[in-house]
Amino acid sequence: MSTTPPNIDPRAAALFQTDGRLRRRRIVNRLMEALGTIASLAAVAVLVIVVASVVKNGWGAFSVEFFTTSPSLSGFGTAEGGILSSIVGSILLVVIATIFALPIGVLVAIFVSEVAPRKVADVIRLALDVINGLPTIVTGIFIFSVLVLAQGQSAIAGGLALAIIGLPLIARSAQEVLRLVPTSYREAGLALGAPRWRTILGVILPTSLGGILTGTTLAIARVAGETAPLLFTTSLAVTTSVTWDPTQPVQSMPLTIFQYAEQPDPSFHEQAWATGAVLLAFVLVVSLISKFLLARSRRKLTQ
Amino acid sequence: MTQADTMVNVAPIEIAQRRERPQTPTLRETVFDIRNLSVSYGKTPAIKDVSFEIYRNQVTAIIGPSGCGKSTFIRTLNRMNDLVPSANVEGEVLYHGVDLYGTKVDPVQVRRRIGMVFQKPNPFPKSIYDNVAWGLRVLGMKDKLDDRVKRALEQAALWDDVRHRLKKNALGLSGGQQQRLCIARALAVEPEVLLMDEPASALDPIATARIEDLMHDLKNEYTIVVVTHNMQQAARVADMTAFFGLEVLPDKSRTGILVEYDATQKIFTQPSDKRTEDYVTGRFG
Amino acid sequence: MTAVPTEFPAGRRFGDRIGDNALYAITAAAGAGVVVLIGAVAWKVFDGSSLAFSDFGLGFLVHSVWDPVHNEFGALSFIYGTAVTSFIALLLAAPIAIGIALYLTELAPRAIRETVGALVEMLAAIPSVILGLWGILVLGPFMLNHLEPWLQSFLGWIPLFSGDPSQKGILSASIVLTIMAVPIIASVARELFVRVPAELKDGARALGATRWEVVRGVVLQYTRAGLGAAVILGLGRALGEAIAVTQVIGGTVNIPSSLFESGDTLASRIAAQYQGSASNLQTSSLFYLAAILLVFSLIINLIAQLIVRRFEHTHIGAS
Repeated sequence: MSTTPPNIDPRAAALFQTDGRLRRRRIVNRLMEALGTIASLAAVAVLVIVVASVVKNGWGAFSVEFFTTSPSLSGFGTAEGGILSSIVGSILLVVIATIFALPIGVLVAIFVSEVAPRKVADVIRLALDVINGLPTIVTGIFIFSVLVLAQGQSAIAGGLALAIIGLPLIARSAQEVLRLVPTSYREAGLALGAPRWRTILGVILPTSLGGILTGTTLAIARVAGETAPLLFTTSLAVTTSVTWDPTQPVQSMPLTIFQYAEQPDPSFHEQAWATGAVLLAFVLVVSLISKFLLARSRRKLTQ
Repeated sequence: MTQADTMVNVAPIEIAQRRERPQTPTLRETVFDIRNLSVSYGKTPAIKDVSFEIYRNQVTAIIGPSGCGKSTFIRTLNRMNDLVPSANVEGEVLYHGVDLYGTKVDPVQVRRRIGMVFQKPNPFPKSIYDNVAWGLRVLGMKDKLDDRVKRALEQAALWDDVRHRLKKNALGLSGGQQQRLCIARALAVEPEVLLMDEPASALDPIATARIEDLMHDLKNEYTIVVVTHNMQQAARVADMTAFFGLEVLPDKSRTGILVEYDATQKIFTQPSDKRTEDYVTGRFG
Repeated sequence: MTAVPTEFPAGRRFGDRIGDNALYAITAAAGAGVVVLIGAVAWKVFDGSSLAFSDFGLGFLVHSVWDPVHNEFGALSFIYGTAVTSFIALLLAAPIAIGIALYLTELAPRAIRETVGALVEMLAAIPSVILGLWGILVLGPFMLNHLEPWLQSFLGWIPLFSGDPSQKGILSASIVLTIMAVPIIASVARELFVRVPAELKDGARALGATRWEVVRGVVLQYTRAGLGAAVILGLGRALGEAIAVTQVIGGTVNIPSSLFESGDTLASRIAAQYQGSASNLQTSSLFYLAAILLVFSLIINLIAQLIVRRFEHTHIGAS
């Protein structure tokens, strides 16, 4: 396609010259590109492998009974019954956690975005990030020392530990969406003569509901899978029946997986995988929902 | 015909007739021979069927209203459009007789011979010295590094300003100084051509004047192609000027075309095409 | 002509003021509560360790015995385990994560960027207990039968790779931690790389540099500080992970010389003893471990947060 004259001008010939150095540079470039691709493929591969393991190994334990009955203690050392008590317990714990984390998270977000002076807001934001980075086992130990030593284990204790973990997530999402609310809304409220609290509760908060919902679902996806905070707060539960009593410790799915994984008999392993499949499905679905909600609330507010 | 009519709905045959060569004394050597160059981004056309020659040791200005593909055009000269995945290049860009878009040509080599300076000064977040030295190190021109850096900075008329603070961060320089640093950086790797995409549009008038002086000095050693939206600048610095205009295609989309290419004096005093005349006299654009 | 009011009804303003004050008070309480919470956590953890502290003092940190029978406890082997597993995990995770981030921002065809990016983030969403389960039942046998013998055949002359291959141990725990740290570092790194100004990269390319050279010379330097924070955040994650580690690390009290041996980390030892302590001293020693872990984690977290904040500041200033 190119009309190269028979005697190439030496300046153009320079375009075709390849010396060792250029060759090396090209090879290094290709190598690095390959490494980046391999790393990404490896990460996706690990995800696929783990999910596939969970589904493949747990499939055999799925049955109606698995979802509708609690474990029964048999003398044979094999898993009997299902995980109903764990499912109910997990639901209870997540609900308790949300009841505590949601209002406080929203209040903190309002404080940081609407009320607090800049420096104070920065400190609180830092504090939220620090809480977010606390090892979850330490959070569990904390609630253990505050509540459990005195009152014994309970679903409330477990829920509180989970609430501490979920709080920064809700507060952060709420903050982000509060920031996106156009200043014109606030100004309109003030111009009407409405007091700040009316504007915040009546106009700004409802507008931010989408983002708050997003943050809540993110938090739920996160805390549903946590095990460490439950170890010292709600691990000595009666597993053979369903408990709705929050003052008692409850079994939960992560804890069931944790305990069954250590059992020698493969029937427990199978149930552990199956519980993992349920938990994983829940977490992934809720994560996807939160991503969808995030995209939607961003779209609505930046229109 | 109204002014609007001259710009739109031009019959194709008139476009073909635009490929006239300017009055060239035989001493001029061709660096770029652009033949039927068309570029589109996906389905959106940018420039269509551009053909002309760029000569050695001259300053060639590319002028025209916004949206007529001047930046797209200049970026085809050093294959910077490769960085845009949707870009589609047709036609030939012959550099000393070799098509830059030929199969065996390595864009990395192309960009070394044909350097570029951008509209917004973009020095690296490194020291002044390292900004100039980086390209040299990467390309393996590490012998007498200090001398090369000094020479490049001298050529860009920046040496005296920075000789005592070579280790300072380049971002501390003024806008005009940063742009001259970018010129030094480009010149350090010893290109033959220097492409400049609106190099002074982000600068104040004094800095602009210094850049224009620089173009005048540099053309003795380099071939310079400069895109500018400022006609007066073209009139001041350029030996040859290419005027790009807009053409409306049958499907209502607009594309850039080469309207007229000639010695700058002629373009501004006796343009052959009415569209050129309208633009340079400020009737539109 | 309507009269212009010269004063506003006092009643309405009073109600407004109460409402506003109540709002300020409640939200401020929540905000203060957040800060107080951190203090409370630190206080309770340190308080719980006071018995052990009074018995062992700082010597606890350099004592490598954990003996409930004789009531002798020390944190050294767990500090060592934490350090080794975190170090290896970061050594592996940082380049992998940065490689992934570079791939997703520079290399990958646009069409698959979002999808692959979402998949990598899903890796972060996997609950650690499930990764631990996978670690015990799938990774473990793989380590025992394939990976560790393979490593030993090449590198067996290094003490790190000596000894019998095993299912659970330091190496298994490090690999699981790597899997957890990668998505965190990658997602922060991705945010950083996307924000590198295109004109900076264009300038480097226009000089005739290859893609990798542009990354090495310009992109990595521009994002240097943020990448540091990203890696430190990954470290924080690895440091604090209790569940997956305790499932695959073997839970012994020793200072292993080989990666194939089992050991324990601060977090995993605390988790392992959840079913009860033999004595108050043991419980208090667990709190002592938690206190050490808390201090490490707070320092690391604060460093990461400060880097992030300073980084945002300088880049806004520069542009």
